Amino acid sequence: MIDSSPRPVQLLSPDGERMPAGDFDPWVEDLDGPALLALYRDLVVVRRIDTEATALQRQGELGLWPPLLGQEAAQVGSARALRSDDFVFPSYRENAVAYCRGVNLTDIVTVWRGNTQSGWDPYTVNVATPAIIIGAQTLHATGWALGAQRDDVDSVAITYFGDGATSEGDVNEAMVFAASFQAPVVFFCQNNHWAISEPVGVQAHRNIADRAPGFGIPSLRIDGNDMIAVLAATRIALDRARTGGGPTFIEAVTYRMGPHTTADDPTRYRDPAELAEWKTRDPLLRLHRLLTALGEITPEVEAATQALADAAAVELRAGCIGMPDPEPLSVFDHVYATPNATLERQRTDYAGYLTSFDSSEQNPKA
Amino acid sequence: MTTLMTPAAVSTLPGLTAPAPTPLTQTTTLTLGKAINEGLRQAMLDDPKVVLLGEDIGALGGVFRVTSDLLAQFGARRVIDTPLAESAIIGTAVGLAYRGYRPVCEIQFDGFIFPAFDQIVSQVAKFHYRTQGAVRMPITIRVPFGGGIGAAEHHSESPEAYFTHTSGLRVIAVSNAQDAYSLIRQAIASDDPVLYFEPKRRYHVKGEVVPEIGAPMEQAVVVCPGRDVTLLTYGALVSTAREAALAAFDEGVSIEVIDLRSLSPVDYAVVEASVRKTGRLVVTHEAAQSGGLGGEIIATVTERCFSYLESAPVRVTGFDVPYPPAKLESHHLPDLDRILDGVDRVMGRR
Repeated sequence: MIDSSPRPVQLLSPDGERMPAGDFDPWVEDLDGPALLALYRDLVVVRRIDTEATALQRQGELGLWPPLLGQEAAQVGSARALRSDDFVFPSYRENAVAYCRGVNLTDIVTVWRGNTQSGWDPYTVNVATPAIIIGAQTLHATGWALGAQRDDVDSVAITYFGDGATSEGDVNEAMVFAASFQAPVVFFCQNNHWAISEPVGVQAHRNIADRAPGFGIPSLRIDGNDMIAVLAATRIALDRARTGGGPTFIEAVTYRMGPHTTADDPTRYRDPAELAEWKTRDPLLRLHRLLTALGEITPEVEAATQALADAAAVELRAGCIGMPDPEPLSVFDHVYATPNATLERQRTDYAGYLTSFDSSEQNPKA
Repeated sequence: MTTLMTPAAVSTLPGLTAPAPTPLTQTTTLTLGKAINEGLRQAMLDDPKVVLLGEDIGALGGVFRVTSDLLAQFGARRVIDTPLAESAIIGTAVGLAYRGYRPVCEIQFDGFIFPAFDQIVSQVAKFHYRTQGAVRMPITIRVPFGGGIGAAEHHSESPEAYFTHTSGLRVIAVSNAQDAYSLIRQAIASDDPVLYFEPKRRYHVKGEVVPEIGAPMEQAVVVCPGRDVTLLTYGALVSTAREAALAAFDEGVSIEVIDLRSLSPVDYAVVEASVRKTGRLVVTHEAAQSGGLGGEIIATVTERCFSYLESAPVRVTGFDVPYPPAKLESHHLPDLDRILDGVDRVMGRR
């Protein structure tokens, strides 16, 4: 049912073979051995970060973590296609995108430790605070793109969302607005086949990419575990947006190899044979095979890449555990940009309550 | 003064070639709707980042004509007729705000705001808190509200309490042309998101407008001083409350009418000072009673002014019913007689 239309565009087979892909090839001509190796390094590092964060959750250092295992190429390939002045509107799973944009490793987990609601200042890395409400960010991206259009700049907004989000009204409204105003926005859908426990067939009876043309938005359906296809497709979409061509929809067909979050148990709803099948299409494995064939992989390169990943894991763990708890009265901070008498009264009352205890032993909140 | 730009595509539209009106420079008598229009015009002249979004706000000037002529003056890049999707009107405003714009969104009718509820409550209201002040949401959401116009369902509602219950939003309701002008300018200039409720049945009421910003929008105003009862309201019912004060005066009861203006935050300094003086409080609003603003205000006043109260505060509100059909709305809406009945009750006269 779902895979009835043409296979996703593939430039790198699961065996690591570089496949010719016509119109896509010119967009990745620059990808020589060292460039591909740099992308591979990203994949290894983000997988290591993801594994470490899952471990931190299991050890009680994070309240929750949404693993991206299996989606590394979709995220790294698209993020590495961006310019620094482009703006990313992600969901909560795009932690590899955040890494590629330069978000500090510790900042990636502050939200999941419960310290803040946003790990970073969006303007420092041009990545919006990840949206938790499914699909809400697609409208923000479209609005940002309307602003870029009005500013007469060629910066582009890219928004990430999953197959589940395509059922949300906001995503559909975003496509209507983007098409009506020819907004410079890229809709990057990672179809990872599962919205918690619901398979993609619950969201869509045809390929998700088929929907966009009905909105007047051209779409590309690509192998999301193929780093080269992802990079090529995102570059095509960004170029269209920059040159006044309007929005593009990319469906990156990938697979969520882990749970929805660390609170989820996919064994209750998923056939293990499906996971086994997707493991053969692992995004890291196939790029490793290509690089091996190109002679880029040496024992030294392997060791250096692993060392880089391990160092990232050490930094993440230290940053996570060393994070200071927020100050109690900061619960009142930043609700408004301007003074608010009602809230200030509550702050004053609560500060008085906290200081009314003689010692920390008596303070129920200490 | 900002140089105005009219894109060619707009200036070639028939009927849109009129010369740009000049902004208000002296005291002028305007309808409440026109006063908002003039406030919008001034805000757009003051700041090129102010853009308008909404349904039918362009060539038509909005179903209530509040945005009349602004498309001709400022062009389609700043006066944006949007597709019919309220969530997207607010959601794209969030993205524009992210980029430094000050969007002013028109929700065509009160009852149409609910498709946008998630974007308002989960995004607009929370972004500043979420990002510890890094991302501001200077978005104004204009909402014609209230009943009394004999309209179909969803066209007469008073949804303000949903928003006063939401931290991160400012909520104001205007009652007269002067405030309509001054407070729309303040709302747009505010770095916080503002829900701006317009009393649709008073759109055509005229008043003098001085082209000034006036007192801060969070200040309540005593529109009529009195001694015996504090009568608190906002929006369309302010003029009804004034009539009640006049009628009660003839019966020897002196009512102090307060126009709240700001529903969040509430100006408790003004409210408390009045209640301490009068010892009696009546709150009236069109919105349903349960969970409404009246209950919250009375609870707060009771907490803070208990020993000053001569009698239990009274609410005169819409009933806890869905907005009724037009031929029943006069029963649902507080009117002069029901407000006076409330005054009698708080005075212990019945």
